[in-house]
Amino acid sequence: MMAAEPRTSPSPLPTSPPIPPASGARRRIGRVPFSVVVIRVLALGYLALLLVIPLAAVVSDGLRAGLGVFWSNITRPVAWHAITLTLWTAAVMAAINAVMGTLTAYVLVRYEFRGKALVNALVDLPLAIPTLVTGVMLVILYGPQAAVGSWLKAQWGLEIIFAPPGIILALLFVSFPFVVRALQPVLLELDMHQEEMAYTLGASPWLTFRRVLLPAIAPAIASGTLLSFARALGEFGAIIVVAGNFPMRSQTAAVYVLGEIESENPIGASAMSTFLLALAFGLMVAVDWLQRRREARHA
Amino acid sequence: MVSRLLIGAVLLYIGILIVAPVGAIVHGAFSRGLGAFLAALNQPDVFHAFQLTLILSAAAVTLNTVFGVLIAWMLVRHRFRGRGLVNGLVDLPFVVSPVIAGYAILLLFGRQGWFAPFVQVTGIRVAFALPGMLLATLFISLPFVIREVMPVLESVGTEQEQMAHTLGASGWQTFWRVTLPNIRWGVLYGITLTLARTLGEFGAVLVVSGAVSGLTETATLYIFRAMDERQYLSAYAVSVVLGAISFGILMAMEGVKRRLAEERRLGTDNRRRRMALP
Repeated sequence: MMAAEPRTSPSPLPTSPPIPPASGARRRIGRVPFSVVVIRVLALGYLALLLVIPLAAVVSDGLRAGLGVFWSNITRPVAWHAITLTLWTAAVMAAINAVMGTLTAYVLVRYEFRGKALVNALVDLPLAIPTLVTGVMLVILYGPQAAVGSWLKAQWGLEIIFAPPGIILALLFVSFPFVVRALQPVLLELDMHQEEMAYTLGASPWLTFRRVLLPAIAPAIASGTLLSFARALGEFGAIIVVAGNFPMRSQTAAVYVLGEIESENPIGASAMSTFLLALAFGLMVAVDWLQRRREARHA
Repeated sequence: MVSRLLIGAVLLYIGILIVAPVGAIVHGAFSRGLGAFLAALNQPDVFHAFQLTLILSAAAVTLNTVFGVLIAWMLVRHRFRGRGLVNGLVDLPFVVSPVIAGYAILLLFGRQGWFAPFVQVTGIRVAFALPGMLLATLFISLPFVIREVMPVLESVGTEQEQMAHTLGASGWQTFWRVTLPNIRWGVLYGITLTLARTLGEFGAVLVVSGAVSGLTETATLYIFRAMDERQYLSAYAVSVVLGAISFGILMAMEGVKRRLAEERRLGTDNRRRRMALP
């Protein structure tokens, strides 16, 4: 999702710095046309107003009383439980998503079968369905009154709604497209020669996959998985319905923030928000690094 | 043999994860017949909720498209210090929890917020009101147009723009007649993604709105309240309608995506041909 470094040269339009004539190129540096200034002020102003100032307000409120207070707010039992629950459910989702996403992308790229177009469209469905509706759907299917839900409970003692399995299911639904869509273009571009060669030389399909294919697609899997993990940490709509708001049991970090806002405890809400923002920011930097490395290798 | 196994595994996974829940909600919405389904929808609250959702989406799509193209243009065509940082910041709304987006608006425009003087001077209520909900919606749907337009803008290059400029077109003329037609499918794809995202936004508006039914209640907020009040049929019916609208957008999205891919292929073909000329 991160864009590659643009390689285009500056255009000679009045809206961007004119290409300086070969001579005197040095002299014109520092003189920026008026229209460029207008575009930059509008664009950067919009980003500042919408993105930077609101996030800065949260972080400054979170750290207002100092790092010590921030930390003690994060490590309160209820808050800490919410953080660990969020992290481990997101990690389980990411692991399953990495495997099933890779498998789905592989099947969609390499095999022809009836209904492939439909499956391809279904992969994008979670992008279109509101996350709250995702939660509602899971409650209908796995709720204690529902046929499947009560059967699972009676047969296996497995509770899904208001419990971690429900959170994982909701996260899996919401983030299914990420790995698949990150991987599909990479698989399409890949030369099948090496695979065929390995196969001809007598390697089993599994060995071919592990030794030939996997090294080539691993960075794409990693960045897609990491991105889905980062998104899962902040997921709210799907989880609030499926897991409810039960502290120390099924309350995730984002739901904890809502609880603190509702109980008018801005210090707790700001501290947790700041913590989540820092996590998200770190993960984005990691994803960016992975993608840069992949592009560098391609180049 | 292996291929059948793998295809079967994928179909089973998608069936359990995606198809079964969708089937369950459609079944739930129509469990008491089409009449009950329509009656559940035919309520003033539901109308108001959809109306508000559409207003918010339309406003967010318009603003984020105009400014998104502008920001994409700046990031692709301008060179300035801090460009990499700005480029990274644009992606943040993808991973920031919507709850935090809403909370940030409350903090800014609340009684002790940085923008509290603005609220006092102008008398415009932002927190717990429509302007705040719009700001939150803008925040969460900011990256889509930018991220879809940037690669297209890069791949079309500046050749045609330079030509138009040489022929005497003004900057504005060049943008309308040359640049915009070139990037239109990218813009359109960005718009469909923004639309799908804003129609379904819930967490951010929940925090900002304070959910006064009929006044600041969007379609998703209505679903949430209906679930809470155990009016399941209304909740399912509105969910199905909202999901169906999104699905329609998705189908349109697929069409746009195909055109985008074609265009990109044509674009590179053209460039290759041009380069092959002596």
